[in-house]
Amino acid sequence: MAETLKITDLHVAVEGKPILRGVNLTINRGETHALMGPNGSGKSTLGFAVMGHPGYEITSGSISLNGEEIAEWDATQRSRAGIFMAFQRPMAIPGVKLADFLRHATTNVRNPERREGAELIPMRQFRKELTEKMEHLRMDTEFARRYVNDGFSGGEMKRAEILQMAMLRPKFAILDETDSGLDVDAVKLASESIAEIGGDQMGILIITHHDKLLERNAPDFTHVMLGGRIVETGGIELATELYTEGYDRIRAAYPEAAEAEQEMVGKEVEAV
Amino acid sequence: MNHVNATGSDIRFMSSTLAPAGFTQETFDAFMATREEPSWLVDLRQSAWSRFNELAMPSGREEEWMRTDIRMLKLSQYSLSTEVAAIETPQGLLAEGVELGGRTVSVDSHTTESELADRLADQGVLFGSLDTLVAEHGDKLRPYIERKLVDPLYDKFSALNSACWSGGNLLFVPQGVQVEEPLHCLSVLSDGGVDLGKTLVILEQGAEATLLAETASVGAESGGLHCGSIELIVERGARLRYVNLQNWSHRVWHFAHQMGHVGAGGKLQWTIGALGSRLAKVNQRVALTGSDAEAQVNGVMFTQGKQHLCYNTHQHHQAPYCQSDLLYKSALQDHSRTVWRGMIKVDNAAQRTNAYQRNDNLMLAPTARADSIPGLEIEADDVRCTHGSTSGRVDDEQLFYAMTRGYTRQEAVRMIVTGFFQQVFDRITIESVREALGEAIGQRVQQL
Repeated sequence: MAETLKITDLHVAVEGKPILRGVNLTINRGETHALMGPNGSGKSTLGFAVMGHPGYEITSGSISLNGEEIAEWDATQRSRAGIFMAFQRPMAIPGVKLADFLRHATTNVRNPERREGAELIPMRQFRKELTEKMEHLRMDTEFARRYVNDGFSGGEMKRAEILQMAMLRPKFAILDETDSGLDVDAVKLASESIAEIGGDQMGILIITHHDKLLERNAPDFTHVMLGGRIVETGGIELATELYTEGYDRIRAAYPEAAEAEQEMVGKEVEAV
Repeated sequence: MNHVNATGSDIRFMSSTLAPAGFTQETFDAFMATREEPSWLVDLRQSAWSRFNELAMPSGREEEWMRTDIRMLKLSQYSLSTEVAAIETPQGLLAEGVELGGRTVSVDSHTTESELADRLADQGVLFGSLDTLVAEHGDKLRPYIERKLVDPLYDKFSALNSACWSGGNLLFVPQGVQVEEPLHCLSVLSDGGVDLGKTLVILEQGAEATLLAETASVGAESGGLHCGSIELIVERGARLRYVNLQNWSHRVWHFAHQMGHVGAGGKLQWTIGALGSRLAKVNQRVALTGSDAEAQVNGVMFTQGKQHLCYNTHQHHQAPYCQSDLLYKSALQDHSRTVWRGMIKVDNAAQRTNAYQRNDNLMLAPTARADSIPGLEIEADDVRCTHGSTSGRVDDEQLFYAMTRGYTRQEAVRMIVTGFFQQVFDRITIESVREALGEAIGQRVQQL
């Protein structure tokens, strides 16, 4: 049976404000999906809700992994079940070296039943694997000695996220604007890296505004989100269209969602 | 009426057979009668004792005690012990897996065990109970004790310690001798016991040593009083690494006056670990007395429950071209509270001073409180002095991020707390100390 991450009629509120208004999305392992949409349409919210961020309240609907409901699971359970997100803005953890952080993380994800305090992956084995992955990603191994995301440039953060994905080998991965803030060469490198670390083994959801990340990771499906809903799904040609033409056609075709978008964006402006 | 009389006579009977409570003239006289000490030391004790009796208990009206309330402390509940309590000595934390050059154990400031490697003794190193060594080497030690690095007249607690100290630890390293293996001192407090220990460390010119000192209570719930003093004398070109971990139980009152003097070109690395005690009031001072002297001060504090830890630090630059660098880091849980008051004082003569002080606090509960009060007092005009303090809490977004990487919430908190202390651990050059502190802190972090 194909492994599947299935999102059904998902409604999510943040601080009581509805953001997602009935999202349906099915990702099979091995498929690449692109998720596009204007700012504030709810793309990142979907990512956080799937990862189990406690601030994103699921008001109705379901998230299931291979038929098992996971909406009540915390982020630890979800990550250990093989779901990963590369953050748009990953958090810094001062004083904790990336290598140490990853050794612990990798051990936990590979041994989902592990209890705190139990053995970690042997240091030699871990070092060897980490070095291989870093060389593969053309990263200086010194980088692993730096504190997690502490003082990293935008590009370094994104590459560190890809490195983590490579080490954790998730079944499903959400890449939240992994291309933003990167120059053309860096996006190309990131794009190749995703393909090289076995993107075709995962179910991937690429959240992006551009088409560069998709060149090496051609989406099987492209989804457009507007006003907290996926309003249209197509192939790679839809991604190209949205990147070059923008969202005017989409807004005109789905006036109800466009109205919801107005409302959401308006609220965000108010909140600022 | 008869009944009341009977009770009265019972009390009289009791008090005639048990040691009188409190630090009274009778207890002091009885204490002095047990000691065979040179007259200069007796005089020193007598004058400090007079001062102790003249002084009132510190009150909240004094700047130094404004934030630290000791009204619940009843000195009359404690007394000088002339006998060693028979207790099982708890394990220390700092010497695990370390090859030691010597060790001492004391119970209620009575030295119960003392060892020093022969080859060190042959080189003229003195290490062990200050009591015993003063009796044997009084003339040699007299000038150091009479320097009074800790001022006996400073407050009621320094006076009490100067008058009544017993047991204690001495480390004396003669000129040019380098002691490679660390020396270890464990001070244990019995339930309800009193520790009036005094530590004196003397490194003569060019000498080097590492001293690991730590305290422990006999049980997790045992009370007591510690009123101690520490004097570190680092002479010209000498190097001392001194670690001082206080790990008393949460029912112990902890008062301490500590002073390090560093001579020209000398180096002092002083690490404080503060994990225990119900209430701590510690004055930790370093003075750079000769040019090009250096002091590095590291503080690692973790508080929980209703603990109150107050550390007053003082970096006194008396000579030119000296460096001092102080970093105190505290993590606070539950309803605990820390107070750090730091002062950098630069005398007129201390041109080209480079001084730094910093205090970072990590709040693990909204009910905890940390006061950070840095201060500068600078009389020289060509100096570089910087200070800073921060207060933060464990961020929910950090926790979530770590959880998306397979960490449990609890593991994530522990990792973030460990990371917070890393900067100060990086400065501690003794592995067993880093590990002991890291482990002790990890065990204390509770579910948030």
